[in-house]
Amino acid sequence: MNYEELLTKMALEDERFIVMTAENRALVRNMPKTLGSRFIDTGITEQTMVGMAAGLASRGRIPVIHALAPFLTMRAYEFIRTDVGIANLPVKLSGFIPGFLSDGNGPTHQAIEDVAIMRGIPGMEVYAPADEDDLVKMLPDVWLSPSPAYVRINHKPSSYTHAPYVPGKAETISEGKDITILVYGFLFENALKAKELLEKEGLSVGLINLRSLKPIDEEAIIKAVLNSELIVTVEDHFLTGGLYSILAELLLSKKLTANVLPLSLQDKWFKPALLNHVLEYEGFTPEKIAAKIKNQLQSTSIK
Amino acid sequence: MTEEKLQSLQELSLKVREHIIAMSATGGCFIGASLSCVELMTYLYSEFLDLEPETLKDPNRNYLFLSKGHDVPAMYGTLAELGFIDKARLDNHLLTNDSIYWHPNRNIPGVEFHSGSLGHLPAVAAGIALDCKLKNQDNHIVVITGDGELNEGSVWETLLVANAYNLNNLTILVDRNQFQANIRTEELIPLESLDDKFAAFGCNVKRINGHDFNALEEVFTSLPYGKNVNVVIADTVRGKGLPSIEARADRWFCSFTKDEASQLLNELHGTAKALLESETLIVR
Repeated sequence: MNYEELLTKMALEDERFIVMTAENRALVRNMPKTLGSRFIDTGITEQTMVGMAAGLASRGRIPVIHALAPFLTMRAYEFIRTDVGIANLPVKLSGFIPGFLSDGNGPTHQAIEDVAIMRGIPGMEVYAPADEDDLVKMLPDVWLSPSPAYVRINHKPSSYTHAPYVPGKAETISEGKDITILVYGFLFENALKAKELLEKEGLSVGLINLRSLKPIDEEAIIKAVLNSELIVTVEDHFLTGGLYSILAELLLSKKLTANVLPLSLQDKWFKPALLNHVLEYEGFTPEKIAAKIKNQLQSTSIK
Repeated sequence: MTEEKLQSLQELSLKVREHIIAMSATGGCFIGASLSCVELMTYLYSEFLDLEPETLKDPNRNYLFLSKGHDVPAMYGTLAELGFIDKARLDNHLLTNDSIYWHPNRNIPGVEFHSGSLGHLPAVAAGIALDCKLKNQDNHIVVITGDGELNEGSVWETLLVANAYNLNNLTILVDRNQFQANIRTEELIPLESLDDKFAAFGCNVKRINGHDFNALEEVFTSLPYGKNVNVVIADTVRGKGLPSIEARADRWFCSFTKDEASQLLNELHGTAKALLESETLIVR
């Protein structure tokens, strides 16, 4: 089952669902036919779509709203914060092409601060599925929860069969004494391959697919911090406000510390190009991730 | 317009369309929206803007802003043909060794401001127009917007403010190709009567065929039209020049193979029939 099939099924079974888009139909192409008047395309008007969704939600609807991630989260940010956030309404935001998935579009289309700003809204949940399998496993819970939620939509074909989704919980793929890699979203597959490369060199490598960034699975992270020599955060997001920040906030609150290697975008937008070129250029191929981790491990062991 | 000038603009436009087709075969581009504004772009650069590669930073220059960023291949094709950038750079489309990607950016000489998020550049241009007025300059600022882009409220906020400041050195040129991304504007969020909407916001409005160089000359040589923002609605055809693409909702973003692109080139030059349906074509 893909994103559109799942949303269609749930919306047909439950009258509360309203599917909206600010003229981005890539994910919901067939829904005007199947859903009729409960499909609403507001045109290129992100703010108005969010405001209308808040109005609909205030009358008991569950609006699932679609736009490109940067325009949904940033163009309409104050509407999300004020109309959805302050009222704490169950508006479900589906942001398309987040992170590296905007490949050759350029900085205007790069949502690489979306985790930081969306998790800053009280009550807002933030999800980042690893691939399509992970996406469809989490969405029923995400959409039926009474909270507002932002999903970094990633419907990349799955090469890994994920465990069933447990609300607010991460998926621990493996535990490792030397290293634990914390990852979310599209980079999961490359982190998984990097883990395999490191294991071939005899290292004990843990991997955690976080799935939910808010709420965050504190237990899984702290367990990894206590058991591994090195923690690596992997994300197609700015260093500021993303997973590295979430980890730092968590460690400080527990009076813990750790050796941490953050693999993030460091205060600059990424080079626009076709996706495989972007990953190579920015250093997020499995080989480059593994090499950076190995270097870090060697330099910390010398101390 | 003299016959000679007209012919030279038509030849330039044909070359620009060749560049657009080439870019659609190296990772793809927003081909429909690029083809609709070719005449707007070639006319402005050749006849109106009076820009030279050496004077691109002159504060008294005329400014062109491309707010509908999807059509940047038309701009890059024009800039390359007129010597602002090396034609060879267009081969770097979507590679990490250059900055030729799906939206405009200031790493390319001639690009005044980046765009891609719709409804931004009317406001940026209004800021520049305001400063030019404050400094008593007699230059002119043109912003090309899409018609789907007019959904964004920021466009209309800008008109309210720009007219409050009587910015008649600012012209909004609407590429009225009748399409949003994949849907006709009038089927989704109707815009007509668009002339009346702009006029109701206090603008002075003219409407022309956007593929007609004589009409473009007429409206751009008679600026300003009054004391407020000038609006030119240019009626165009999305995909203009390629019958297999013209006015098709499913030809917004296309990534063609090299073979398909050479067929499109033949179609452009009228030496082959329209490209048939393609199984390899990637559309969005």
